Amino acid sequence: MGLSNVMKNNTLNEAKEKKIYARPAVASIILALSCLLLVGSLVLAISVGAASISFADVWQAVFAYQQGNEDHQIIRSIRLPRELGAAVVGAAFAVSGAIMQGMTKNPLADPGLLGLNAGASLGLAIAFSYVGNTNYMIIMLFSFIGAGIAACLVFGFSAMNRGGMTPLKITLAGAAVTAFLSSIGEGIALINKLSQSIAFWTAGGVSGTTWAQLQIVTPTVLLGIMIAIMLSRSLTVLSFGEDVAKGLGQRTFIVKAVLMTVVLILAGAAVSLVGAIAFVGLLIPHIVRFLVGNDYRWIIPCSAVIGSVFLVLADTAARMVNPPFETPMGAIVAILGLPFFLYLARKGRSLI
Amino acid sequence: MMSTRHLKRSIIIIISTFVLLLLIFTISVATGFASLSPDRLLPTLFGNGTAKENLILFTFRLPRILIAVLAGMGLALSGAILQSITRNPLADPGILGINSGAGLFVVFFVLLFGNSTGNHLYLLPLFALIGGLITAIFIYLFSYKKGEGIQPGRMLLVGVGLAAAINGALLTLASKMAREEYDFFANWAAGRIWGDDWLFVFALLPWLVLLIPFIYFKSNTLNTMALNEELSVGLGVKTNKERYTLLLVSVALAAASVSVSGGIAFIGLLAPHIARSLVGPRHQLFLPVAAMFGGLLLLSADTIGRVLLDTIGIPAGVIVSFIGAPYFLYLMAKK
Repeated sequence: MGLSNVMKNNTLNEAKEKKIYARPAVASIILALSCLLLVGSLVLAISVGAASISFADVWQAVFAYQQGNEDHQIIRSIRLPRELGAAVVGAAFAVSGAIMQGMTKNPLADPGLLGLNAGASLGLAIAFSYVGNTNYMIIMLFSFIGAGIAACLVFGFSAMNRGGMTPLKITLAGAAVTAFLSSIGEGIALINKLSQSIAFWTAGGVSGTTWAQLQIVTPTVLLGIMIAIMLSRSLTVLSFGEDVAKGLGQRTFIVKAVLMTVVLILAGAAVSLVGAIAFVGLLIPHIVRFLVGNDYRWIIPCSAVIGSVFLVLADTAARMVNPPFETPMGAIVAILGLPFFLYLARKGRSLI
Repeated sequence: MMSTRHLKRSIIIIISTFVLLLLIFTISVATGFASLSPDRLLPTLFGNGTAKENLILFTFRLPRILIAVLAGMGLALSGAILQSITRNPLADPGILGINSGAGLFVVFFVLLFGNSTGNHLYLLPLFALIGGLITAIFIYLFSYKKGEGIQPGRMLLVGVGLAAAINGALLTLASKMAREEYDFFANWAAGRIWGDDWLFVFALLPWLVLLIPFIYFKSNTLNTMALNEELSVGLGVKTNKERYTLLLVSVALAAASVSVSGGIAFIGLLAPHIARSLVGPRHQLFLPVAAMFGGLLLLSADTIGRVLLDTIGIPAGVIVSFIGAPYFLYLMAKK
């Protein structure tokens, strides 16, 4: 065993002694429970609504579909894609938030707050205005590129700051980038008189999700989450600080680049389906970290599943508050997420 | 203290800024659809114009120009105060969430009254003002912590978070509107100067007339506050009380300005920075320059937007953000 390996082990032990407090037993129970919860909330979400459908019918519609049954048709063509969409988007936002929080060591990181969602929405506006909205793949590509531009702006400028980036500064940069990109998007939309169609898209929640969209978004998001899980060990090390990671022989640049790409793919895909929803990526990873400790091998899968549960329930709540009208899901998520953000902002002195 | 040479230079800068403002004013009147050539401007202004010229100047152009200038001034001063009392060069009323709060109430207004033009349109600034003030109170309450008072950095964070939440809520509300109603709101939010009517000028003017002298009167307090907290306490400034008063003034100015101009961000950031780089950090000199640059910037943005795309026009807020946001990021990277 070479000297460098010994050193590696020493630093690893140090890091372990200092910080890792994973709770694998608890984490696996939570993961199993939240998977069950996800199935349960999906069934619940599909059965309640303007037309109430019994649980047994939900089961049959999925596993023993009957062509002539009206309930089955509602489930297959409207509710099922919608709730699956909510689940996919919830997982995407939660995982991208978790990755960003780990990478930047910034507890306030969230694709919405850091401007990624605004970038993706700008991409949507450009796609709608100049490309036409015929091909969903192209729309998703544009929103992915938009999120990428936003991320480059925020993190590029953050990296240029020699004084070190506090969460306050990154959050302010995110706010500025959001203002910048959304005003460009708004300008483009106003000039092309598409403002409301885009607003409807970005605010419409998951209603109107189609199978065709899911066929593209679901594999993309799953791929992103899988890469994230594969890199979760490195992410844990990275979350202890770049020095620790380098000391352990990690090629931090490559790891960071890949993780950032995953964040962009997840945020871009999610925004292209549901529009800009802030706070999911902030809220879920914090709850998960509280439950399972700070090992990202557990944080990422748990975030994915709990994020899904959260958005499925949020969407169900949105449909149930004032039926048959739908309360916008974004509003509900914001109402739930804001107190949490305020709590975080008030708690830490180190943030500023 | 201040050298006479510096003072002289500052006075020259103040005067040339004013001249620049007049120049932009002339350009703004002389460009675009229904314009008035510069040589006819003075005669018309002093009552010797034809009926058509009077109509163009006094009905179309002058109110809109005055609103741009006044709102720009209000936003610039608001930003200047915020930056001084928080000692954070990145503070801007737009980023702090005051625009979003005002925007939410504009949505309520449109949902209540529709977008039909009528006398109730004059209530809109009032709605936006109330929205801005309520948001400010929330920011205040949420960033207050027992024993520490209001910590400026935390206040910014709370503002950003609140803005994100309000934006989420108002966008979803707005997407349910009828098409014309939504267009009205979208234009407001993008910062299109819409209140081109004398009444809106008179709605905005009192705020500025009352608050600008007050701020100027507080110049010395602001000077010491901008330096550092211990020093200002040592110099006998009752920090908390003064800070809260000034914060309230700053918010009131921003909310009043935004209520007639539409959601415009970054003026409160840009203008004070330009002013500070020209005449230095002494508030007695820097506040007037900042105010004039605020007016100048917003008027230029509005003129450019109006001329660039003749029939529709690009909202002034979009143009300001286009310049302001990169500048913000540059400032952040430089610090």
